[in-house]
Amino acid sequence: MTAAEAPAWLGRRVPRIEDAALLRGRGQFVGDIVRPGMLHARFVRSPVAHGRLLGLEVEAARRAPGVRGVFTAEDFRPHLTSPELAVAMPAGAIRYVVNPRVLAADEVCYAGEAVALVVADTPHAAEDAAALVRLDIELLPPALDPGSALEPGAPRARLGCADNLLARFTVAYGEVAPAFEVAPHVFRDRFHLHKGGGHSVETRGVLAEHDRVDDMLTVWSSAQMPHRNKGVICAALGRAEDRVRVVAPDVGGGFGPKFVCYPEDVAVPLAALLLGRPVRWIEDRRENFAATTAERDQLWDVEVAADAQGRLLGLRGRLLHDHGADTPYGIALPQNSATNLLGPYVLPAYRLEISVALTNKVAATPTRGAGRPQGTFVMERMLDRIADELGIERAEVRRRNLIPPLAMPYRTPLTTRDGAAMIYDSGDYPACMADALRLAGYEDFRARQKAAREAGRHIGIGLSNYVEGTSRGPFETAAISIGPSGQVVLSTGASAQGQGTATVLAQVCAGVLDMDPARITVRTGDTAAIAQGLGAFASRQGPVAGAAVLQAARLVREKALLAASHLLEAAPEDLELVNGAVRIRGIPADRLSLGQVAQVLQGMPGFPLPPGLSPGLSSSVAWQPEALSYANGTHVAEAMVDPETGRITLLRYLVVHDSGRLLNPSLAEGQILGGVVHGIGHALLEETLFDAQGVPATLGYPAYRLPSAPILPWIEIHHRETPTPLNPLGAKGVGEGGTIPAAAAIVAAVEDALRPARIRITQLPITPRRLRTLLAAA
Amino acid sequence: MKPAAFCYHAPRSLPEALAILEQHPEARPLAGGQSLMPQLNARQVTAPHLLDLNRLDGLDGIEEAEGCLRIGAMVRQAALLRSPLLRRHLPVLVEAAVLVGHVATRNRGTLGGSLCQLDPWAELPLVATLLDAELELAAPSGTRRLAFRDFAQGPGRNALRPGELLTHARFPIPAAGTRQAFVEIADRPNDPAEAAAAVSLRLGAAGEVTSAALAVCGPFPMARRLPEGEAMLLGWRPGADPRPLVSGMPLPDAADDDRAAMVRVALRRALERAMA
Amino acid sequence: MSEERFPISVTVNGEPHRLDVPARLSLADLLREGLRLTGTHLGCEHGACGACTVLVDGASARACLMLAVQADGRSITTVEGLERAGRLHPLQQALSERHGLQCGFCTPGVLMTLVELLDASPSPDEAEIRMALAGHHCRCTGYQGMVDAALSLSGGG
Repeated sequence: MTAAEAPAWLGRRVPRIEDAALLRGRGQFVGDIVRPGMLHARFVRSPVAHGRLLGLEVEAARRAPGVRGVFTAEDFRPHLTSPELAVAMPAGAIRYVVNPRVLAADEVCYAGEAVALVVADTPHAAEDAAALVRLDIELLPPALDPGSALEPGAPRARLGCADNLLARFTVAYGEVAPAFEVAPHVFRDRFHLHKGGGHSVETRGVLAEHDRVDDMLTVWSSAQMPHRNKGVICAALGRAEDRVRVVAPDVGGGFGPKFVCYPEDVAVPLAALLLGRPVRWIEDRRENFAATTAERDQLWDVEVAADAQGRLLGLRGRLLHDHGADTPYGIALPQNSATNLLGPYVLPAYRLEISVALTNKVAATPTRGAGRPQGTFVMERMLDRIADELGIERAEVRRRNLIPPLAMPYRTPLTTRDGAAMIYDSGDYPACMADALRLAGYEDFRARQKAAREAGRHIGIGLSNYVEGTSRGPFETAAISIGPSGQVVLSTGASAQGQGTATVLAQVCAGVLDMDPARITVRTGDTAAIAQGLGAFASRQGPVAGAAVLQAARLVREKALLAASHLLEAAPEDLELVNGAVRIRGIPADRLSLGQVAQVLQGMPGFPLPPGLSPGLSSSVAWQPEALSYANGTHVAEAMVDPETGRITLLRYLVVHDSGRLLNPSLAEGQILGGVVHGIGHALLEETLFDAQGVPATLGYPAYRLPSAPILPWIEIHHRETPTPLNPLGAKGVGEGGTIPAAAAIVAAVEDALRPARIRITQLPITPRRLRTLLAAA
Repeated sequence: MKPAAFCYHAPRSLPEALAILEQHPEARPLAGGQSLMPQLNARQVTAPHLLDLNRLDGLDGIEEAEGCLRIGAMVRQAALLRSPLLRRHLPVLVEAAVLVGHVATRNRGTLGGSLCQLDPWAELPLVATLLDAELELAAPSGTRRLAFRDFAQGPGRNALRPGELLTHARFPIPAAGTRQAFVEIADRPNDPAEAAAAVSLRLGAAGEVTSAALAVCGPFPMARRLPEGEAMLLGWRPGADPRPLVSGMPLPDAADDDRAAMVRVALRRALERAMA
Repeated sequence: MSEERFPISVTVNGEPHRLDVPARLSLADLLREGLRLTGTHLGCEHGACGACTVLVDGASARACLMLAVQADGRSITTVEGLERAGRLHPLQQALSERHGLQCGFCTPGVLMTLVELLDASPSPDEAEIRMALAGHHCRCTGYQGMVDAALSLSGGG
């Protein structure tokens, strides 16, 4: 930040500019948007996990009242460049490219896969008609359990693939075998780590409209990555990029599943094109359970080697990952799990063999935390195991293994998804943990625990450290334009699902242009607002889009000063930008508003622009982070366990985190709170279930259990701010750090509460029933 | 999730409702709708005719009659919580009603709806089982009374005959000094309970139990009494450890041992609470 | 099949409406599609998430579990009816100040529940507020800002 800029807006708890509309019920979510002549879509979905689709009888549906169109894969085929969505993400380990299909034909591979689309005058009529579609399906044996799916002779999840091994790869470095040979202590554990879905309160939705006047296809979608969706739509429909616009209006939460581009994202626009009418599809909650991607099961079988002091010597094992029936988002999920296992620790040798199994279930793709909570869980729980086995205090074991601050930047022996070295850029991990332990009263917990036990209460404490690679590239965009009205319009490829993206980006811009952020119009998630963009994933938008905005604002500022120097006949260095206007230092009356400057830069027919200046008071920047920046933190959980019922009550939850410089502490805390509570659900509650035939058994609430207000403790958050050198704002991402260490800390607290019983919790979520089973066996 | 079309009837009076039911015996009565509407929305239930009871007069009162509290079938669960009569005479029903659903679902959900719905984990049928409630079932030919234990036949299955409507439930007012308690074991408040127990105890002059009612739900098709357990409790004195007693009570038909153990925990805690 | 329609008179946010509605139309769909009051959101349509919560004669109800025809003669308050003379309801203000909303999708329903709570018991403690919120899903905030907002108004403060 240069001295000439006003940093006043950064780091402040600036009120959200999003709130005014949302609080009044004036948000514009996809389901709130109505277009003239709009029709309503309903998908017909496979009721079975696996089968041959022998026939599809749609005539009765076509004749049903109010029906305007019924489409099958066959109906769509002439209008699609490919029956599949081109969504593959590269990974050498992938053996089979199994892209999602717009509509299934011939074979259905999970219960919930779309096979037909009914469009009618009302949602009711569409649903009535969809019920009339008859499917003739020959049942095929499903592959459901990822372990048995990889055994020889297992039923194949897809007839087109020779087996169910979608990918096998190894994450490894160091001399693993020798480490285990010399290690005085080796401990082995198997973990069954389930993680649930995104469960945004708003389901997915798509509204498409084709304007025949300009041949423009506009798609409103509750998408986290509208630019990516646009690319997929253009490719699928064979449309030029200037004939498709994708808009993510207000989006009611993302949490991962909404960055997937789904079959519905193509099918609904195609139906709108074919019918010549706007078509809206709003996913219902049962569809959300069946057809929206989620995380699911990972089976870990790991051994850890430690020396007599509890220092890590090596870790090795296998990870079996339940991938689902197709590949909308590559294999990022198990990759993240494998690489995030390291956490903030020095691990001299590591070898993890990862097998990714095709199963007849909806695809597993990242939800908040994106596989990292599982990797963190394994490492943290193995450290607790070492501590318990060796009789060393759990925090002390961590102290002995944490990467020291002097080692920063710390080059891990691993590489990231794109093959670059995984380098922890900054942070003081021991100090962070020390802060957390001090603030949590960790030292005197044993006394409190003893007193509680004497009063008949079983309380325990657990801690967990994490790092998270944030601010993933390759870029994010920002464009600022100011017209004669003086209105500052900030457009970005970032997209917003509740994070306060507009507010934080306006703060960055306002700091440079010295104006109230509330006066800035921020346009997110609209491909018409800016040509390139990526969107929301990997805890990135604040820092990455923020850096783009910072640079774009600086360019506009420089240009405004240069233009004004001609107009005010003063040297640029004698000018300052104050409160959204350029003025001569010391002569506040000699000022030009940004609108006046913009007016001049708009040009007059036949008159030259001021020398050296291009038209327009605007700028456009794509900022490319050179590498991931790593946030870190420590969570401490206190839990009370009722050993009779297995019920777990969280008494206290404390977070110390370091996500670099805070752009808006309230927004950062909001991200952490939501993340922690997501992690609490991961630890204690959330479980997507299937029946023995692979049909979803959780299709609603409370069968699927989300955290609710009464079960939550007050969550305390403390900040550390180690600026990252990789970002001009010094900020790191904060979207997922709340989730990553939560399950490990909570489970450790539960085990601790039950001492001296040696309970070892290796399955998530830890439900009361599972805990009772463990207690009965102890 | 939009319901299939149905014919809608909203009678103003009981005779009118019964006449519609006579004409359309397959009509599905709609009380508070907090269980039925989700099923209709998901098309798990389709009803060609819906008989909306919300406009009926006379089914939303709570009164004292013949040693009972006579509660209209359309009394909202929220109204149970607010009723001074209930608070005075049947606090155990109030204790149970707090645990039904959420504020907004209690504002709509009714006593009668819950007693007819008979979800295996439901709190209000558990109390009706405990207290031997009696139901008034109206038909065009007249009203009959039926013990709740004969009415409840299984999850979602009740003894209403075609053309009948539940109009009132009568809960006997316990004798003065009766100790009652309701304990539920659920992961989150308002979740379907893993196990719940309700107890009603009368004590003799020396403080010993002279009559006992125990009702439990959870790992059973529906709420049930424990007659053996009730017999075992006779003569039990407060202050004595209830554990041996409870652990020896037969729990026939429990789905599995683990949940049976939860029923025992709920029972013991209810006994402790009743005697506290 | 043309569905039978029923005439209803309903007051929404103080404004009387006479409408003809098909029997199976939910109150939520009437508000959203019929009256274009889209602040009332649908998150699950089975009464679990609370996003569609409105006040019916002052008492909270799931608009997805109530038929529009059942609103005949009733007075409905939705989030759009909380503002008075251009001023936000104190709870709306508090929710913003305490960062009690993020994506805003659950917010209208939460507001209605908290309005009902504070009307009924002006000084709720944290446990009572959390219990009142038990019927709402929020995936963004962890509920803490909502609790904080309601606490800030508890006791008439």
